[in-house]
Amino acid sequence: MTEAAKYLAVEKIATGISSFDIIAKGGLPRNRTTLISGTAGSGKTIFAVQFLAAGIELGFPGVFVTFEESAADIRKNMRSFGWDLAKWEAEGLLAFVDASPDPEIDSVESGGFDLGALLARVKHAVKKVKAERVAVDSLGAVFSQFSDQSIVRSELFRIASALKAIGVTAVLTAERTDDYGHIARFGVEEFIADNVMILRNVLEDESRRRTIEILTFRGCDHQKGEYPFTIVPDGGVIVIPLSAMQLSMKSSNVRISSGNQKLDEMCGGGLFRDSVTLVSGATGTGKTLTVTQFLQGGTADGERCLLLAFEESRDQLFRNATGWGFDFEAMEAAGLLRVVCDYPDVSGLEDWLVTIQATIREFKPQRVALDSLSALEHVGTAKAFREFVIGLTSFIKHEEITGLFTSTTASLMGGDSITETHISTLTDSIILLRYVEMFGDMKRGLTVLKMRGSWHDKAIREFTIDKGGMKMGRPFRNVTGILSGAPVHVSPGDVERAWSRLEKDSEILRRESGSAEAGSDGAATERRRVFPPESE
Amino acid sequence: MLRLFVTGASPRTSSAIANLKQICEQELEGRYDLEIIDVLENPEMAESERILATPTLIKSLPLPLRRVIGDLSDKEKVLLGLEVHPKQLNSVNQGGAPS
Repeated sequence: MTEAAKYLAVEKIATGISSFDIIAKGGLPRNRTTLISGTAGSGKTIFAVQFLAAGIELGFPGVFVTFEESAADIRKNMRSFGWDLAKWEAEGLLAFVDASPDPEIDSVESGGFDLGALLARVKHAVKKVKAERVAVDSLGAVFSQFSDQSIVRSELFRIASALKAIGVTAVLTAERTDDYGHIARFGVEEFIADNVMILRNVLEDESRRRTIEILTFRGCDHQKGEYPFTIVPDGGVIVIPLSAMQLSMKSSNVRISSGNQKLDEMCGGGLFRDSVTLVSGATGTGKTLTVTQFLQGGTADGERCLLLAFEESRDQLFRNATGWGFDFEAMEAAGLLRVVCDYPDVSGLEDWLVTIQATIREFKPQRVALDSLSALEHVGTAKAFREFVIGLTSFIKHEEITGLFTSTTASLMGGDSITETHISTLTDSIILLRYVEMFGDMKRGLTVLKMRGSWHDKAIREFTIDKGGMKMGRPFRNVTGILSGAPVHVSPGDVERAWSRLEKDSEILRRESGSAEAGSDGAATERRRVFPPESE
Repeated sequence: MLRLFVTGASPRTSSAIANLKQICEQELEGRYDLEIIDVLENPEMAESERILATPTLIKSLPLPLRRVIGDLSDKEKVLLGLEVHPKQLNSVNQGGAPS
């Protein structure tokens, strides 16, 4: 059988569970049974109910077989996710098979038995609502209802194969004792089902991290590894497909203004639409100003802008903007600006990502600024933070939005932040804001460190901040070592010598390559051409 | 008042019926009313009684309500489960037979 034929052999059904179908590469295999194993509180029951709820919304009726919680409890608990199970039952779209233990029923076992009655009930329910989907929650609870485990084991096999025989797609949940250990408690559950998925809820550095992993999909493909997910009210399970998102990213050559003409020039004509820029600097270097200008630049062109502020209050932000000559209130009144201010700690990073995505979908901004990523860094683990940034950048690019994130460096002079080392590869452009100490004065310097797919000014320019915002000045010609945080002053004569040597080198290179056009090695000359050095 | 839930005409069904009839005749001497229900034909009845396993024997009267699961091959367990004491059905148990 060829590769293609093998994949075609197993058809998949889209579950309708947000983003799950992406990591499952299409959904769950049709007419198969899938085991969902997880520790207590990992979201198994929610996933199982959501599988049915999403199916019903797509027009496929379902049957829920419960061995653990009573049907009444499940109806009640699932209301908070916006799923009205009782209504669907009344409409004939959902049927419960309540096999939860009844404390009032006392029974003894005498001799061999089978679960024929259960199977008959499930088949009857499937027939009654013409179900396409069945959820069984949970297999482990069946074992606890009977003393003869070997019978239960063989009967569950029989039920699983019966489910396949009647042509439904089923999910079966099972408990496990550890997030990393045996697949399920009784050691047989994974053999009952065709496919195995694991939900985890791991405590990492005092914060909970939920992940979903598809272990095996017999005969078909799926994304490997753990993917973070979150459970939100009115939505249930939301999977965050990291790498899967980036596949469909577009790239555009359209330039947009950063809100500062000089900065646009330094970037080779402005920022790219659907690019993400990181502005890094110590506290007070002008990050929030860069953000404010960016928003101003957007609203001036009639674009909708979203500001996610995690450091300053709304009042502070508006006052700052007024101080630099920008009127946030007018922008907001015009419907071009939305400011979301919140404490970073109010929810986990996965929840933040979902909230931000929902806000973006609703407001449909052309520009998104986040001030600052560093404030969110401590909300979760380093891994969760990286996933958050990947999730956010890929989402922004996918929606063709221009993003501007800020990050705060720990030291005043030079150095880099944890944020940068984590995400510098994920962003398209990096702008550094640095303090430069010169003869007892603190001056501010700005440089475009990286600009993907474009020429950019390589000089470190001095800038000042006044009522009109950011004023770009001359490059620091007589100082070296600004980025390393140890600026050293050099005499103008040394600078001249160094420059002429660089020019000679590039001339030689040009002659050797026989090309009139300077390549990237001729950057020094190129730079002079575009920005003639302003002499002291 | 006894009800026996079975699945179709399997060997387990017939042995459960045979075992039950034997116990009833020996111990209850006609003071019983037996109904046999096939879950394949009456799944709704199994649903309302919340029955999982077959065969399941339900004693609804006299109270308390008791259930015995299995082919009823262990007579002692059946009688214990039904809280029916051999040959002493209507007499008060004075601690003679183990309960």
